[in-house]
Amino acid sequence: MTALTLGGVPIGLPEIAAGVMALALNAYALLGGADFGGGVWDLLARGPRRAAQRALIAETIAPIWEANHVWLILVVVLCFTCFPPAFAQLATVLHVPLTLMLVGIVLRGSAFVFRAYDVQSDDVKQRRWGLPFAVASLVTPVLLGVTLGALASGAVGAVDPTRGTFAERFVAPWATPFSLAIGALTLALFALLAATYLTVEADDPALADDFRRRALAAQAATVLAAAVAPLLAPAESPMRGVAAEGALARLIAVAAAVCAAAVCVALWRRRWLLARLAAQGEAACLVWGWAWAQFPAVIPPNGTAARLAAPPATLAWALGALAVGTAILLPSFVYLFRVFDRHRQGAG
Amino acid sequence: MTDLLAARSQMAVSLAFHIVFAALGIALPVLMCVAEWRARRTGDPGYRALAKRWAKGTAILFAVGAVSGTVLSFELGLLWPTFMARSGAAIGLPFALEGFAFFTEAIFLGIYLYGWDRVPPRAHLAAGIIVAVSGTLSGIFVVLVNAWMNAPVGFALAADGTLRDVDPLRAMGSPAALAEALHMTLAAYAATGMAVAGVHALLLRRPATRADRVAAAFHRRALGVALLVGAPSMILQAVAGHYSAATVARVQPVKLAALEGQWTTMRGAPLRIGGWPDERAQRTRWALEIPYGLSLLAFDDPHALVRGLGDVPPNDRPPVLVTHLAFQTMVGCGMLSALVAAWALWALYQSRRARRAGRPGVGLAGRPRLLLALGITAPAGFVAIEAGWVVTEVGRQPWIVQGVLRTADAVTPMPGLVVPFAGFTLLYVLLAAVVVWLLRRQIDATERTGPGRLTAEYPARA
Repeated sequence: MTALTLGGVPIGLPEIAAGVMALALNAYALLGGADFGGGVWDLLARGPRRAAQRALIAETIAPIWEANHVWLILVVVLCFTCFPPAFAQLATVLHVPLTLMLVGIVLRGSAFVFRAYDVQSDDVKQRRWGLPFAVASLVTPVLLGVTLGALASGAVGAVDPTRGTFAERFVAPWATPFSLAIGALTLALFALLAATYLTVEADDPALADDFRRRALAAQAATVLAAAVAPLLAPAESPMRGVAAEGALARLIAVAAAVCAAAVCVALWRRRWLLARLAAQGEAACLVWGWAWAQFPAVIPPNGTAARLAAPPATLAWALGALAVGTAILLPSFVYLFRVFDRHRQGAG
Repeated sequence: MTDLLAARSQMAVSLAFHIVFAALGIALPVLMCVAEWRARRTGDPGYRALAKRWAKGTAILFAVGAVSGTVLSFELGLLWPTFMARSGAAIGLPFALEGFAFFTEAIFLGIYLYGWDRVPPRAHLAAGIIVAVSGTLSGIFVVLVNAWMNAPVGFALAADGTLRDVDPLRAMGSPAALAEALHMTLAAYAATGMAVAGVHALLLRRPATRADRVAAAFHRRALGVALLVGAPSMILQAVAGHYSAATVARVQPVKLAALEGQWTTMRGAPLRIGGWPDERAQRTRWALEIPYGLSLLAFDDPHALVRGLGDVPPNDRPPVLVTHLAFQTMVGCGMLSALVAAWALWALYQSRRARRAGRPGVGLAGRPRLLLALGITAPAGFVAIEAGWVVTEVGRQPWIVQGVLRTADAVTPMPGLVVPFAGFTLLYVLLAAVVVWLLRRQIDATERTGPGRLTAEYPARA
């Protein structure tokens, strides 16, 4: 029996664990990311239907936001279980942006719930909780993107956190044009996802059109950021030639381009469901494009999955628990989304 | 402030904040389910209104618990990267399981909160029960990690301090696991139940409430359900607490010595009530000493040998004063609350017996002194929880993993940790204030609703 290989790398438990993490991150981008995007559109609510826009966003997010954000916890837990040294390195070098991101997560989550459960008139509630919710929704995705960008650039892996000045160790790895570009890309992508979801959710055609314009603008920003970011990557980064090498890389790049085009066409022709699907495809291509570009490294340039992995017993148990957990979770998730899919309920 | 102290303080603040929401998030769904179950059984819309109120409370607390829990999962690495690098492989499994339990809880809480009119009544109650069960499970999984830090098993220690031959399943079965899981789960039920009971007891004492029959009926129901969950748990906690102390005596003798203020190794050690450990003089002053009490309680033998702190090198000793005072606070608050709980159960039993016999008994609402006692001791359970965590965490120092890794060796090399410590402290103080204010308004909203409003607001399902 020959072992399964991918791009010349034999696939074992560490590589599978890394793949599962990418999958969880993908889910977080599609679900939690759209929540952040909703917050962005809350901040940018304009025009005569401003209140209706905010109401739709709140209504769409409310029942599912907590479940959506557990994906991030799953990514963190998988990281420190399956790749403990990688988690330690990331948390040490990226202490500053990760801490700021946490502040954003705390402010956003609490402000949203406080707004939902404040027994006050809508105006007062909006003034009181709307701003922290929306601003945190804007800043947090940027910081998430900055940390991922720092990781992908190879800078995190190259730093020795016990040597050098404060700036060299704890600022320089992430305060780069490339990281900021990935931050912008993340924000634009999340805003795009949210806008396409909201076109589907809106019952009023005028409201749907509001989010159509927003989705198109977000798509323009996403495409721009995705095109510019690789040019800013340092020469030694695996992101440099992200679409150049290998059949799989080219396939992902082509799929991303097709999805991006489909988003524009579907939005233009007001095919909301298709636009949502294409935007999800675009997001998935970006996540997997990044994952494949640095494969088999968990922390580029040299920290491969195999080198940083926990002992096989831990990986086996963690992946086993994941399989059993998924068998319980998936039907639960399907049930959740079915109960709250407004279009199954008729007039709902 | 050293970076190590700042890191420990930030962790302490984060945990102290999170644990309140975690405990409430574990137990409030139980209250909510009992109320909904009673509503279904009796057709009484008041219980349905109660379930809805508690569900709203659960939502607020769960959300804050979720975000503060997310913060903690990051902080493990942000503050203690060496700890995570070395022990992640050993303790990751319970964290992963906790993730799933939490996921399940979040999904079904969404269904419970927003599904009153969207899912069949039986499915709705089932969703609530899943929330309660998975909440309890996620608490237990996290406590398993702490038990491992107190009494680590399931690995071999290499010469360089790293863990070899890690067996994650065995690591979940620490000798401290059962005692800690039992103690913490009961603590969540007991503290929440008695706190909620206390709030409604105080509201029942208000003249305005008594003049309003509907509001009074609402608070009476709330008090009954909260006591049903809280009072037996608080009384059982005495047994679980004893088992916990006996386990500590077995697996962490130094921690036992610190929490009891025991300096000399001796047979027939006394149990100390109160007292002030003097670390310089190596003795505990002004304590009420019960002869042979400690040997008897810890080892079931009045002449058992108890190890004293004097036998431990000074840099391997935990801070004795803090540990001892926290332990006394925990036990004192727990005992006090258990007494009030027993009083309340006795009163419930009396009124039920009277009702069975056809006599007009005195209900809980007709016992102003009991209501006052419930109100005054309402925070005692949570004070005990906080103090208990100080005991288990400070009592383990200077180790982050007992006997394996020192806290000072686990901290991040990042300087200036006082900044995030100050920032998170400020943030949490702010959040706590907002939550208290919001919950108060939820309770006030109940108060303001005039006669009939409650039932009109939440009509019984036809």
